[in-house]
Amino acid sequence: MESFRQAFELLFPPDKELLQIIGVTLRMSFFSTLISCLIGLPLGALIGSKSFRGKSFIKKLIHTLMGLPPVVAGLIVYSLFTHYGPFGKLNMLFTVRVMVVAQVLLITPVVIGLTSSFIESASKPVIETARGLGFSGFKTARLCIGEGRSSLFSVVLNAFGRSIAEVGAVSIVGGNIQWKTRVMTTAIMLETNKGKFSFALALGIILLIIAFIVNALASFIVKEVKDD
Amino acid sequence: MKKILAIVMALILVAGLAACGAKTETEPESTSSTAAEVKAPENPVIRLSTTTSVNDSGLLPYLLPTFEAETGYKVEVQSAGTGAAIQKAIDGNADVILVHAKASEEEFIDGGYGVERLPFMYNYFVIVGPKDDPAGVKGSADAAEAFDKIDDTESKFVSRGDESGTHKAELKIWGDDVPDAAEDSWYISAGQGMGACLTMASEQQAYCLTDKATFLSMQDELDLDIVLAEGEDMKNTYSLIAVNPEKIDGLNTEGAQAFIDWMLSDEASELIAKYGEAEYGVALFNLL
Repeated sequence: MESFRQAFELLFPPDKELLQIIGVTLRMSFFSTLISCLIGLPLGALIGSKSFRGKSFIKKLIHTLMGLPPVVAGLIVYSLFTHYGPFGKLNMLFTVRVMVVAQVLLITPVVIGLTSSFIESASKPVIETARGLGFSGFKTARLCIGEGRSSLFSVVLNAFGRSIAEVGAVSIVGGNIQWKTRVMTTAIMLETNKGKFSFALALGIILLIIAFIVNALASFIVKEVKDD
Repeated sequence: MKKILAIVMALILVAGLAACGAKTETEPESTSSTAAEVKAPENPVIRLSTTTSVNDSGLLPYLLPTFEAETGYKVEVQSAGTGAAIQKAIDGNADVILVHAKASEEEFIDGGYGVERLPFMYNYFVIVGPKDDPAGVKGSADAAEAFDKIDDTESKFVSRGDESGTHKAELKIWGDDVPDAAEDSWYISAGQGMGACLTMASEQQAYCLTDKATFLSMQDELDLDIVLAEGEDMKNTYSLIAVNPEKIDGLNTEGAQAFIDWMLSDEASELIAKYGEAEYGVALFNLL
């Protein structure tokens, strides 16, 4: 109850720092989801709808990457962008942009994997029809995406959920810097380390509320689009 | 507050685990024991809550095997920032604490959670920074003067920002002039442990206040030098406090006392005074 009270106090009136943290969180999650879906949806649809040599190997690879521990993704991105790393000159370590890079590395395999298995199982009839009509692989993929919009929508939300809940990778590459790269999850981690467990839980409650609002908004928009 | 927290956790997590940790009734054996045999303690597990600097410096892994062999106790070390280390004891999850933040320690005692604050060793915080020392910190009389120079030149500075003992020491040095992380972009409030902050300082070529032990243990991987050591305002005192059995139940009070007695003994003192010489050429901790 203490945590609920603290959560309420942080939101009404909204705490300035909390708003900034929520802003960074949403910005990071939005762009990671956007980029990983731009890469993952077409690739997943292509892999799911076409049969080619080495497909089972690629699928195994993707399923392995779907289980990539966030800490490892964080370490990989860190070693790429560290001062003496291959991309050190870009000076991107400890920025929101590099957090998006780490998230994209984590989420894209998930988007590809989910999309391809959805396309494979649910879109057989569509694919057969498309083959019958002699469509190209790309056109078939597009058709599948069009047909299974709501399932693919859940893939997108899944990607967003992963992104907003992730803590291991973003704390390594983002550094949890106040007013700059601190997001909800790393803020929760910090409060936990400080020993302020009930305040940390209050932040967790707020994170859940945000995730709920985003999900509700997204399904509302999709519904509107469908009705049109 | 902790009861409410426990209820919320129980509701959310279903498992009763969290609820038990915070407010179980004691197992009768641990409190009813009268005179624990030195060689075979009845309750052999001592829960020590300490700060990362003590554990990460290797001091405890160095001392504990001797203590455990001599007494038959087993010390379970939990390490976190001082804030969390103290909170764990308040939540009933530790028998004894070893921390370094005087104000928080006194608050802990005033709240009735601790028996007595026993300062027993110290070392110095050091200021580390880029090798070319752009703010000209070298030669400052004390940390306050060094911080003024960093502030004047707006040189990058990484702060722990996590209410740890080191962070509290840093805030004390800034005094009334604590930089505002929202406005002063050179002041980086990282909210992470000592190791992560030093890595960040090295990456960003920033200054940082650190305990000497952690810096020495990481020195090879860092592109930083000690720019100021041993100012009078950089003294870092460590204390032992047994958790008060009148306030918290389920404690291993005999174990906590045995650990404290041993840590204050001549034997432990000798070991502590020598620690670090073999590896770094300097002792990392001095006795009070």
